[in-house]
Amino acid sequence: MVFFSQLVINGLVVGSIYALAALGFVLIYKASEVLNLAQGQLVMVGAYVAFAFAVTARAPLWLAIPLALLVCGALALAIERLFLRPLIGKPIIAIIMVTIGLSSVLKGGAQIIWGVDTRLFPPLFSSAPVQLGPVPVAPVYLWSLALAVVLVAAFSIFFKYSRPGIAMRAVGEDQQAALSLGISVRWVFAVAWVIAAVIAALGGIMLGQINGINPSLALIGLRVLPVVILGGLDSVGGAIVGGLTIGVLENLSAGYLDPLVGGGVKEVAPFAVLVLILMVRPQGLFGKEVIERV
Amino acid sequence: MECGIFKTTYRADMALLRTPLMRARIGLVLLLAVAFPLVADRYLLNLAVLIGVTIIGAVGLNILTGFTGQISLGHGAFVGVGAYTSAVLTTRYQLAFWLALPVAGLVAAAVGSIFGIPSLRLKGLYLAIATLAAQVIIEWVMYHWTAVTRGSQGINAIPPPVLGPITFNTPRSYYYLTLVTVGIAVLCTANLFRTRLGRAFIAIRDQDVAAGVLGVHRFRTKMLAFALASFYAGVAGSLWAHYLTIITPEHFGLGLSVEYLAMIIIGGLGSVTGAVLGALFLGLLPIVLRNLFDLLDPVFPGIETLAAAIRELLFGLIVILFLLLEPEGLAKMWRDVKEYFRLWPFAY
Repeated sequence: MVFFSQLVINGLVVGSIYALAALGFVLIYKASEVLNLAQGQLVMVGAYVAFAFAVTARAPLWLAIPLALLVCGALALAIERLFLRPLIGKPIIAIIMVTIGLSSVLKGGAQIIWGVDTRLFPPLFSSAPVQLGPVPVAPVYLWSLALAVVLVAAFSIFFKYSRPGIAMRAVGEDQQAALSLGISVRWVFAVAWVIAAVIAALGGIMLGQINGINPSLALIGLRVLPVVILGGLDSVGGAIVGGLTIGVLENLSAGYLDPLVGGGVKEVAPFAVLVLILMVRPQGLFGKEVIERV
Repeated sequence: MECGIFKTTYRADMALLRTPLMRARIGLVLLLAVAFPLVADRYLLNLAVLIGVTIIGAVGLNILTGFTGQISLGHGAFVGVGAYTSAVLTTRYQLAFWLALPVAGLVAAAVGSIFGIPSLRLKGLYLAIATLAAQVIIEWVMYHWTAVTRGSQGINAIPPPVLGPITFNTPRSYYYLTLVTVGIAVLCTANLFRTRLGRAFIAIRDQDVAAGVLGVHRFRTKMLAFALASFYAGVAGSLWAHYLTIITPEHFGLGLSVEYLAMIIIGGLGSVTGAVLGALFLGLLPIVLRNLFDLLDPVFPGIETLAAAIRELLFGLIVILFLLLEPEGLAKMWRDVKEYFRLWPFAY
């Protein structure tokens, strides 16, 4: 039982980071139906930019982090304007490939500037573990869970009650109708990208606290794909439920199956589940079902 | 249409090479390809073999993505399935290469169709993610099914193909083997789109519900597209494995799948010529970069150390620029050039 609860708590802890990363995917998809396969690279770039401000430029943390978020937002604005806007209405493969191309550009660019060595970000939280039942947990995980919950709550309210939030939902629903009601679709896309990049940068800073900053941070982009599919690509709340579920599932399957097959189940179990979800319920737990007409 | 060429039979209208100019061009390309080893050095021949192998894979992926409209992010893994099948069959069971090659294609086709099953319900984005899952799962199997694949060590000492007195173990001899295979693959693909099945693929791409209404069996056709594309991938993998003589799972990562997709986008979706041109373009890029680095080295010392990062950056940039500026790729550019010279110098 201790083993089980240990696995579950570890899973929840990792899942909170997934939820944070998944939120960026969902926001862009919800507004513009673009699955941003460069989200992981945005996470990595966010961490590097924060590192540049906090360590290279020696700015105090309270200044460095907002500045980093600002720079990432501006970067996202440029990306949206230069690469995504000209492709509005183009076939889906063009949009998928442009985000893949973007991920190459970001990865190569970051490597040219910062190299491949692991950089260390100044610790934001104390490293003394907190005892959660039988399991010691590093505070950074609890903070990222709290951050994810706060952000999800904030965005749920944002989408439900605020004017720009409703405009974004309208654009996600039907671009033509939204245009005819005087909503600027371009503005909505730009806002979605900026918010997603800011969330990605926050996720990057959190992840950088755990393992340091290096190019492999970008792998989170792949790892959260099962999360967003499980939660539903257009569901903000689904990001957090999916994140925690996949985190737990990863740890449980690894804990019980690894001894049987000789390790590495963690990496593949979420994708096996992903295939199953896609076959049974492609829209995920909380996503919107699409009915197709000719 | 060319001036002065009149077709009087359906046969002539349906022919693969419809004009004398086309026949001359293809003849010239063939001649150059056959004569290439007489002038090329070992380095160039080695590169040509690798490009040839990628052409086979790219032509296959273009059947699936370009002609049938099913996006696949798992093509690299299917190449890996073919490579491993062939390697295991020849090293462990001493099967001849000539048998292992088609078997590798068939096994890859079987695996490809299994992962093609979701295409029954999924489209576009969701299908892309499903195939990405295929890539991750197959890669995982390559690393962890150590009894067969030997994990990250990979399989080495894969024997080269032997035909009577000839052993294909030099770049020059392997070049001819690859050239023949590429020729067969390109010819089969070009012919495919003159058949009912090929037309059905295109109908599925353009509007699959409508194609279903017109009597195309959607599921069967999509599965066939997956199987065919994976068969090409398997053949490419087998050829690759016997050329390298050592394979590890690293060869068949997501990066390879992305490169294949980039090739058909750069070359032109839904065009056999496009797949060939795209594979050539990305295959020749390293040479261009190497010369560029040699040139820049005195100005920016140490640029060589950044080569991998710069290559990555440029690769992404090229894909993006093609998508933005010439979505129909090199095939369209080539068509434009031909159009320009068709009436030259008497345009208008």
